[in-house]
Parts: sequence; structure tokens; C-alpha cells
Amino acid sequence: MPRVADFDPRLIDHQPPPFFKRGPAPVALLSFYVALSIALLVVDVRFRTLEVLRQGLSMFTHPVQHLAHFPAQFLDNAGSYFATLTRLQDENAELKRARFENVATLLRSQQVEVENQRLRKLLGVKERQQVSGQVAQILYSARDPYARRVVIDKGQQDKVVAGQPVIDDAGIVGQVTRVFPFVAEVTLITDKEQAVPVQVVRTGLRSVVFGLGSGQLELRFVPANADIQNGDVLVTSGLDGIFPPGFPVAKVVHIESDTAYSFARIFCVPLAGVEHFSEVMVLDPRPPVVLPEELASEATGKDGKASARSGQAKKKRLKRD
Amino acid sequence: MQTSYSSSRILLPVRPWFIGFTLLVALVLNFLPTSVWPAVPDWLALVIVFWSVREPRLVGMGLAFVFGLAMDVADASVLGQHALAYVLVAYGGASLSRRILWFPLGQQALQVFPLLLLVQLVQLGVWAMVGADFPGMAYLLGPFFAALLWPLLTFVLLLPQHQPVDRDANRPL
Repeated sequence: MPRVADFDPRLIDHQPPPFFKRGPAPVALLSFYVALSIALLVVDVRFRTLEVLRQGLSMFTHPVQHLAHFPAQFLDNAGSYFATLTRLQDENAELKRARFENVATLLRSQQVEVENQRLRKLLGVKERQQVSGQVAQILYSARDPYARRVVIDKGQQDKVVAGQPVIDDAGIVGQVTRVFPFVAEVTLITDKEQAVPVQVVRTGLRSVVFGLGSGQLELRFVPANADIQNGDVLVTSGLDGIFPPGFPVAKVVHIESDTAYSFARIFCVPLAGVEHFSEVMVLDPRPPVVLPEELASEATGKDGKASARSGQAKKKRLKRD
Repeated sequence: MQTSYSSSRILLPVRPWFIGFTLLVALVLNFLPTSVWPAVPDWLALVIVFWSVREPRLVGMGLAFVFGLAMDVADASVLGQHALAYVLVAYGGASLSRRILWFPLGQQALQVFPLLLLVQLVQLGVWAMVGADFPGMAYLLGPFFAALLWPLLTFVLLLPQHQPVDRDANRPL
């Protein structure tokens, strides 16, 4: 029997003797997993090359998410199932009336569209692109408290690609930013990272509207003395080549002009039911605008230089921010 | 199985499938639409802490990492955000497990609270790195309510281990 003086102080440490196999030491495992997580974080933020991994994992998580949202949907449906007959009849009558009211405008607008096409042809201006798309349903919103994103039930299977604009019956809702096999993620126009090039209907003034992340939008880079009033409607200008021109985006609700700044702060609210759950329409991507031949050859000739210059400009801009 | 403050009786060994089942249930609870309400606890973090305190050799950082990735994909957040938080908290739970289990349930909850707070703080850190604002103090209320739920959670998750060894036909549970 060993005396106390012989006792090896290292044995007090609770590490097991090597003949009990327990895998790597906890600290080694911890550093491995932390390093892996941080590597994933950095790669995802900087390079955005992990979409395949995300899609693979989504094959497991999306069915579970669907399952989790089933009770809420069931309650919703049960509520509408027990809606009274009279309310449905009222609604039906209302819809019929609205249809008849719209028929006149619709017929006229069809005629105007044709006329517009003919006039544009006469003037030699390029014809406006036809817009078409597919209807999708919003499944649920992302859980992230910062993100203004929703998930819709159309994905790669329905040939949805990232970048497609999403609208509802009142205007622009957002843009598809991530596509999974069966669902797709839509960033709403109220998201902090989302910008939409717009035009003021009343004056034709062009600008860009940014999401604020709080359900509102802000019209930036408009001079303090610009002609903008409360209630002005903003429509897409179509200059970005992504959103088709002429779709309502937002309405100006509040203008702060401070002489200390050269730009006015203009707050807007979205016109579309951005924060509601309903059906939306995913518009087909706009075909790229074809440059006239002389411009195209010029662009390819100076391509290398031009891209380098734009890169520098971007860096400068980032530094300034 | 660990000795604990109230271990006058010996618990049955835990069944691994039950651990997996509870983790899946926690994941579904996190996916519920209620999770956007303020002060709703992060169920998955709570269950991961529970099992890493109770069974540090069965539930480790590997499982925490995998479930964290699942949360990241479902949340559309930056990949690795939840994974990092859950791995850290699984390590914390496992290394504090002997100390935590020595205390009665109320004091256990007090010791678990900082771990759950760590989950939220790590995610705040990641958001700060990406460049987002602070979402408000309501975000930090979740761990508080989660810690309040600790005694109840312990009772529910240990129920299968409280069953008697020999079956009695007259006993309901």
C-alpha cells in the first residue's frame, strides 16, 4: 500500500488513466469544433460558397420546419372553415363587383398597351418586356430577429433562380436570394440589405430605396431641396435590369430635411403586403439588355481596364463608408 | 449517470434513443412560429445543456455542432452561428456537470443561466461581426425563462429513468 507521501499529485487531476478509452480530450474536441464553426462563419460571410452544404442540410430541416408549422396552418384553416356563409357570400359579391369595376380599366389598358407598343415601334424605341411568372405561397418567415426574409414553396424544381423579383397584388415584395431544391428564400424590400432602384411617379425623379429592417424604407441620396412630398408613390425604375419598370414599391410618409446634411431623410412604407402571409408571384428573370454593336465591341475591348477601375472605385467607396 | 444532491435512489440508465428523441422535439419546438415572440427560450440550447450536464459522455460537442448547423440552415442565418454557440455550451455543460449536479434544482438553474446566456451572447457577437444592430433587451430574456424551466425540464426528462426495474401491472407509470 503506497504511503501518502508517494502519491503522485498528477493523479488528482480528473483525467482518466489511458486504459479507459474516451476519445480525444475535451479541450482538443472543443478547439476542433470551434475552429470548424469559425471557419464556416468566415467562409459563409466572405465567400458565400457554402450554398451546396446549405441545400444538402435543408433536405433534412425543411420537412421538419414544415411539420412544425402544420399546427398553426391547421388552426388558420379551421378558422376559415367555420367562417359564416353570409360572410363568404358578401366577399363573393364584393369580388364580383370589383371585377366588373376593373374590367373597363383592364380592357382599356390592353388597348393602350398595344397602342404603346405600336408607337414605340414607330419611334424606334425598344419594346417593353412582357412580364410573366408563377404563383407561390409564403410558407413561413425566417426566425432570425434581424432578417426580413420569408420562405416560399417554389424552388429549383420549379426553375426558380436567385435574383428573381417577387410581387403581390399591390407591388414589389422582395427578391429571391437563395434557392433550395423545393423552397426558396425571399429577402423582403424592408430588409436592411435590400435596395430597389425607384422613380417618383409624380416628378420622374430617380433614386434608390433601402430597407431599414423595421418594416419601413428609406429613400437615400435625394438632395434636400428635391421635389418630394408626403404621399408620393415610388415605382421601380427598372434601371437595375432585375426589377421590371413600373411596379409600385412604396409611399412616402415622412420627410426630415435638416440643413446640416446635404441629403433629406425620406421615410416610406411599402405598398405591397410585405409583412403579411399570403400568395405572391415570382416573376421570370429579365433577359439581359443587349447593347448595340458598337457599344458592345467597345465594352469588350476595354473590359479588363474597365473592371479594374470599377474594382478600385468600389474599394474607395467602401473605405469612405 | 451521475451522483446528485437528491440521489437517494438510483436512476435507470438513460436510453440513447430517448436523448435523440428529446433533441428532435426541441428542434421542432424551435421551428414553431412562436419562436419569433420575445422571451421564448431556445429549447434546443436548453435540452443540449441538460443532456451535456446529465450525460456528458453520450451528448457531446459533435451532436451540438450538428444540431447547430440544422438551426443555422432553418434560420437562414450565417452558417456556423448556432453551431459555435451550442458547441461552447455543450463543453461548458460537460465540464461543469459534476459541480452543477451537486446542488438542488433551484441552484442548478442559477448555474445553468450563465450557460444559456452564453448562447445568446455568442450569437450577438456573430451578428456584430456581420454588421447588424442590437435587437433589444427582450432578446436576452429568453435564457432567463429557460433557466426558470430547468426544474420542470429535469422532472420531465428524467421520468423514463424513474421507472421501477420490475414491471408492476397495477402501477400506471
